[in-house]
Amino acid sequence: MMILSGDPPRSRVLTLLLVVIILALAATPFLFPGAKALNVAAKICVFAALVASYDLLLGYTGSVSFAHTMFYGIGSYAIAIALYGMGPNWAAVATGIVAGLPLAALLALAIGLFSLRVAAIFFAMITLAVASAFQVLASQLSWLTGGEDGRSFQLPELLRPGTVLISKNLFGFEINGRILTFYLVFAISGLMILALLRVVNSPFGRVLQAIRENRFRAEALGFRTVFHLTYANCLAALVAASAGILNALWLRYAGPDTSLSFSIMLDILLMVVIGGMGTIYGAIIGATIFILAQNYLQSLMGVASKAADEAGLPLLPGLLHPDRWLLWLGLLFIASVYFFPTGVVGRLRHGGGKKSASASH
Amino acid sequence: MTDLAATDPLPKPKRDLAPILLPLALALLMIPLIGSTSSWLTLTVASLAMGMMIFIMASGLTLVFGLMDVLNFGHGAFIAVGAYVATLVLAPFAASIQVDSLLTNLAVLAPAALLSMAVSGALGLVVERVLILPVYGQHLKQILMTTGGLIVAEQTLYALWGPQIIPMPLPASLRGSFIIGDVAIAKYRVLAMLIGLSVFIAIQLVLNRTKLGLLIRAGVENREMVEALGYRIRRLFLGVFMTGSALAGLGGVMWALYREQVHASMSDDLTVLIFIVVIIGGLGSIGGCFIGAILVAMVANYGGFLVPKLALVSNILLMVAILMWRPRGLYAVTSR
Repeated sequence: MMILSGDPPRSRVLTLLLVVIILALAATPFLFPGAKALNVAAKICVFAALVASYDLLLGYTGSVSFAHTMFYGIGSYAIAIALYGMGPNWAAVATGIVAGLPLAALLALAIGLFSLRVAAIFFAMITLAVASAFQVLASQLSWLTGGEDGRSFQLPELLRPGTVLISKNLFGFEINGRILTFYLVFAISGLMILALLRVVNSPFGRVLQAIRENRFRAEALGFRTVFHLTYANCLAALVAASAGILNALWLRYAGPDTSLSFSIMLDILLMVVIGGMGTIYGAIIGATIFILAQNYLQSLMGVASKAADEAGLPLLPGLLHPDRWLLWLGLLFIASVYFFPTGVVGRLRHGGGKKSASASH
Repeated sequence: MTDLAATDPLPKPKRDLAPILLPLALALLMIPLIGSTSSWLTLTVASLAMGMMIFIMASGLTLVFGLMDVLNFGHGAFIAVGAYVATLVLAPFAASIQVDSLLTNLAVLAPAALLSMAVSGALGLVVERVLILPVYGQHLKQILMTTGGLIVAEQTLYALWGPQIIPMPLPASLRGSFIIGDVAIAKYRVLAMLIGLSVFIAIQLVLNRTKLGLLIRAGVENREMVEALGYRIRRLFLGVFMTGSALAGLGGVMWALYREQVHASMSDDLTVLIFIVVIIGGLGSIGGCFIGAILVAMVANYGGFLVPKLALVSNILLMVAILMWRPRGLYAVTSR
């Protein structure tokens, strides 16, 4: 209970789901052989933390930010540029962390302070504008960021796939640097999610919820809403940048498509809404469903598209083409905002019948 | 409060001229910086033309924001749909577009633009009923729903037309420039300016000279009061939404011709520009939107000429500067 900050899943099915997901992720290197399964599992870990940090903003303060990928990208690029420039050593990793995290927090502070000056209704639009400018900036400063190609780099010796830590023992598994990196990603993501759970269940988190429900009343009660909102923004940015660092470490690469693009922002939005806003646990569920669908549903769609093409049906092959899978997710997204605004977690907790306080305006 | 006799004319509202002077001052300030008068004129015409196109796309959005407090993040979809629909007319008549006669060219362009407006207007009706009506008055859900709508619209366009960039050549008679002295002014920019100005004048006339416009302006200022007087503001809003969508479609056609290509991702870049314009102008203000669009275009054109590196963030800097000066935009017309 302590570790969950007194906020257990509160639903038997949800608990079971979470336990299954976490155990499956932890055992991926041994249960599912092959690079793809491990990649998918690492991506689920990174995105679960990223989406949880977005949930702190969207679900707990009710403010829609489109700049979250910017912070994610700052983390990715900071570590990539450091490792690219300084060579594969631990000093470079430390430099990347020391440069990236404060930069993300400072930028979040600047955006927070600036958007306080204007109507709250503008917040989403301003973050969208800043994020798109940052994206263009990152692709233009090619001497630093590698432009559209991004930066590939080497990891320190210990984390490389070639490094064998424990050679095949009697269980028949080999523990190498790649698997160690995976557990690093897994553990840090898990710690960040637990920390976020701690934040939202603290008195500070309660104030955020009060602001979400009624900003004027929260202000009238004597809370400095400005301070709370900016603080939440900075915290979310820090976690997002950390997730970016993990992502870059796992991919050994940082580029616009993997860390900055607007489509990642949409992915995050989809995950948080499908999983359930304002629950933190929703992030784990949403990220798992979404990334599994992204990796395995697409191949299914390819088969269906081909079948429709062979049957000579009009339009369907185009609609079912694997590249069009976002179309179906978009429809799912609208439907879930409309019919299940509380997402999977809200459904499981309340059985759907009762109206939940969270996630509404 | 002073007493007014019944015969006295009503006191005129104070005119706020500072925002109008802003683009003028900016343009004049640029003359010495740019140096040559001819390139200054070319750049100024370019920014006016670009500004008019952005204004056409943004005008509907600002009224929708202002009138009903609806955050529509899917406005860019209407732009892309408009551009794609225009290719339906322009592609089969490609031959008559290549004829160097203004009349023949316009005979194809006008139906294409009208069809685009009709389709995006109709799409506006569907979007308003299906996506916006159910989440009325809830900003968070409005943003989510309309963002979802944008994804679906974009992907549907890709599914129907394919993901490649579609070329959209300018009609023969609109290519090239008028040369006056050593100043070159692209013909298409003149046309874009003319269309933009007529749209602006038409909107101003409707808003200021008709009862419908009076209701819209009153609704922007205080929605509940208009409702209390017995007008069905929802229906009014639907009309404004459809008109705004149709105008976005028109803007999409014009932008596609300007760039000479069509791609669904155009909606993403333009959405950001349009948001900046709406924020700069002030929610619900057509005049502010007009000035904001010209300012954004000026900063893009002059900035691109003087300091190309800065052009990437110049719009953000402009927005920051204006909001520092007037936190609610150039003209604050809403009571919110």
